[in-house]
Amino acid sequence: MAFFRSHVLVCVDPECLAKGAHAMLDALQDELVSQGLIDEIQVLETSRIGSCADGPEMMVYPEGIHYVGVTEDDIPYLVEEHFLKGRVVPKFQKSIVAVVDEELGPAKPKEVRVVLRNCGQIDPENIEDYIAEDGYAALAKVLGDMQPEQVIDEVTRSGLRGRGGAGFSTGKKWQFCRNSAGTPKYIICNADEGDPGAFMNRRVLEGDPHSVLEGMIIAGYAIGANWGYVYCRAEYPLAVRTLNLAIRQARDLGLLGENIMGTNYSFDIEVRQGAGAFVCGEETALIASIEGKRGEPRPRPPFPAVQGVWGKPTNNNNVETYANIPQIILKGADWFASMGTEKSKGTKTFAIGGDVNHTGLIEVPLGITLREVIYDVAGGIKDNKPFKAVQIGGPMGGCLPEKYLDEKIDYESLNAAGAMMGSGGMIIMDDETCMVDIARFFMDFTQDESCGKCTPCRVGTRRILEMLQRICDGEGEPGDIEKLEELCQQVQQNSLCGLGQGAPNPVVSTLKQFRSEYEAHIYEKRCPAKVCRKLIHYSILEGPCTGCTVCARNCPVNAISGERRHLHVIDPDICIRCGICKQVCNFNAVAVS
Amino acid sequence: MVNITINGNAIQVPSGTTVLRAAEQAGITIPTLCDHPDLHPFGGCRLCVVEVQGARLPMASCTLPVNEGMVVTTESPALTKSRRTILELLMSNYYDSGYKDGQKETTQFMRWVKHYGISVKKAQAPAPRYPVNSDPNPVIWVDMNKCILCTRCVRACAEIQGRFVWSQGGRGFNTRIVAGAETTMLEARCETCGACVAFCPTGALDNRLSMGAGKPSTVVTTTCAYCGVGCQIDLNVKDNHIIRVTSNPDASVNGMAMCVKGRYGYDYVHHPERLSKPQVRRYLLKGEPKPKASAGANPGENSDPLWDWVETDWDTALRITAEKIAQARDQHGADSVGVLTSAKCTNEVNYLMNKFTRQVVGTNNIDHCARL
Repeated sequence: MAFFRSHVLVCVDPECLAKGAHAMLDALQDELVSQGLIDEIQVLETSRIGSCADGPEMMVYPEGIHYVGVTEDDIPYLVEEHFLKGRVVPKFQKSIVAVVDEELGPAKPKEVRVVLRNCGQIDPENIEDYIAEDGYAALAKVLGDMQPEQVIDEVTRSGLRGRGGAGFSTGKKWQFCRNSAGTPKYIICNADEGDPGAFMNRRVLEGDPHSVLEGMIIAGYAIGANWGYVYCRAEYPLAVRTLNLAIRQARDLGLLGENIMGTNYSFDIEVRQGAGAFVCGEETALIASIEGKRGEPRPRPPFPAVQGVWGKPTNNNNVETYANIPQIILKGADWFASMGTEKSKGTKTFAIGGDVNHTGLIEVPLGITLREVIYDVAGGIKDNKPFKAVQIGGPMGGCLPEKYLDEKIDYESLNAAGAMMGSGGMIIMDDETCMVDIARFFMDFTQDESCGKCTPCRVGTRRILEMLQRICDGEGEPGDIEKLEELCQQVQQNSLCGLGQGAPNPVVSTLKQFRSEYEAHIYEKRCPAKVCRKLIHYSILEGPCTGCTVCARNCPVNAISGERRHLHVIDPDICIRCGICKQVCNFNAVAVS
Repeated sequence: MVNITINGNAIQVPSGTTVLRAAEQAGITIPTLCDHPDLHPFGGCRLCVVEVQGARLPMASCTLPVNEGMVVTTESPALTKSRRTILELLMSNYYDSGYKDGQKETTQFMRWVKHYGISVKKAQAPAPRYPVNSDPNPVIWVDMNKCILCTRCVRACAEIQGRFVWSQGGRGFNTRIVAGAETTMLEARCETCGACVAFCPTGALDNRLSMGAGKPSTVVTTTCAYCGVGCQIDLNVKDNHIIRVTSNPDASVNGMAMCVKGRYGYDYVHHPERLSKPQVRRYLLKGEPKPKASAGANPGENSDPLWDWVETDWDTALRITAEKIAQARDQHGADSVGVLTSAKCTNEVNYLMNKFTRQVVGTNNIDHCARL
């Protein structure tokens, strides 16, 4: 491939485009041509550099200089100064520290990036960028030097476990599928990432699609499959587009299709889009959906390794699992196994959300404690408020209070604590969070996403939600907690698939860890965190209120009355407890009780 | 063969058998709703959960294949509680508007609800969710308030009839059985065979013609009179009248399947115009010549009293027929005679008609109406 002394990445996010990024980019190309620099300097389009507000913007590598506010007219000057004379132009330079990627910033302390190593570093739409980062070297090694059994052995020895959340040994899974009678065999990549607030897989697909494709091809070789599906949710249009582009580029280079790299191994990949059902992340429902059927799970056994898509042996792994494979092959099982704990090896990506200073994507070695993640990686709780709970494992996970903060993040410890690894959603909550309300939120999600096939999940989750709603509305009755516990247990036990079996987990874990909050709602008709609208009321304090009328003017239902410079009053019968008055008051005069 | 133990009984069954079928073979009843031996297992209602030694959770026996050495328990206090909860959850979505149904005196669902001591009045939904009688189908009555989403109708229509009229719409709590893309049954290519009604365990799908007809005094297993397939059907009889036709699960020819004629076309039996004795034209009986029709009359119309139909006995009717056939053959040749037989005759009768036409009359002009 051609060698460039410098790479210029121009941001083409909508905001930058609106500010003329395309015109600037064209001018830059023209100027480099006219200066005879076009063979030395490559111009690429990128996104999410992070300062679109000051756009158009660009990054110049290898120096890592970030220029903002560059217009088409500035280009001749900039090219002359920077690329001919080699001088940084301070007029446009913006400090690199200010670069903010809301999803994925620079690696924070204690982070180790394996899966995310290329995200934001390479151009995902250019296969050569990936190849330059040792891309497809693992595939070459596998096809050239390794027997399928050796590949499986390497993956097994690495200790890699399913990153979709269940944590089954990837090597063993591959072995089962390889041993299954029946041809053809299929490879599926589960990219139906549906947990609320989770976007680990999307970033990998958008930022480093080839790592997933390479992992799938290696899996195909190890198992003896010649066809793979990526099942990606339709809500990720950019991921779908990037994947399809990556597949085309890989085919053009002979890395996909007939006789890969000139060997007699052939493998190709097709992207299938989901239609918006969370339950299609469950592997049997996903397979039904690929086959064009209603996305409903079916009982296992038979497992997909024996009877999967089109009734044939099928191996299904998560995006993150596949993205780990090339690294394991290249650097060896021992390298991978050197990270993590005895039973949980390697790293895990998490999407951190909630009340912490640094939300977004992180990748940490397994075995790190929750405390380290929350305080060291995520920068601690916002406004130095007290930590209350962390919800880990997605909508089927659990809420863990402070006493679990020193718990290690690995499959076994989280399960023992009443949560689960899940696919990587992690929501951190401060003391202004009502745990009954949180349980209600997750229950609302899962009951809406139930496919409706089995009775406990279809009707049971709705009944649980109704009880939680009553409790949040202050209509809870003595005995409700026991009823909830019993119904949750029945739904967990008797549901068909993981969705129903896991759906009550947020309720069960909050009942276990925060029972007193439920009791306060039911017996005292009080929401301790002051969240549940029907259990709180707003009032204006006489001392601090200056009669500025801001609250009255902002109240959406005109519940506030009062003369200018006199105490204002909220009419509780009209008030809808939206909290806007509290937000707009400059004198902290609005109290919640 | 695979060896398993169910409730302490050692049982040997072929591999691939489900635990539910294995239990049936051993004479052990496991409560089911969505299961039906004629349909693919579904595993949705969860009423058939059993405990399997070593398994983390109870498993649905209808979809669970047997494994060598499997130890299964089908009754325990925990399982009873699970089944009761499942039935209560189903009941919380069930609403009986109080009309007299037309299918069965007691549905399978109601039998299990009563078996587990659940009060229908207390457990059922406070209000209906769907309109009663929501489809204009002329013979099938639809009341989705009684639907428990077992999908037996969906599977019966797809797997047995191959019509794919029913499917599931929506998801989660809002899942409902819909015809086509939420249209009417007939628009969704329904042939009104009533298989969905026959498989429905709750009365959500019912026989419209039999609504309010009550309980039969006798059930007569007979052969359908419509065609040569010879489906076995059960006539439900009350006061010497057929009030409905139901599938006979043991029918060797057709199983639960029937067509619209067999299941719903029984009104001719009691029809006032039904012929019960042979009739001939009066002129034939009297040996007169055929009366001339008046000018301008439509074909077959004749106001002459000799043209009237009169009842007679079989001997007379057959004698006249034989004479006329012989006359036509002798005067105009054998090929002037044509015979059309009926699908409503037995195979034996049709065989004899074939012999009669070809060997007695001497023509190949014979055809048959077996085009149902």
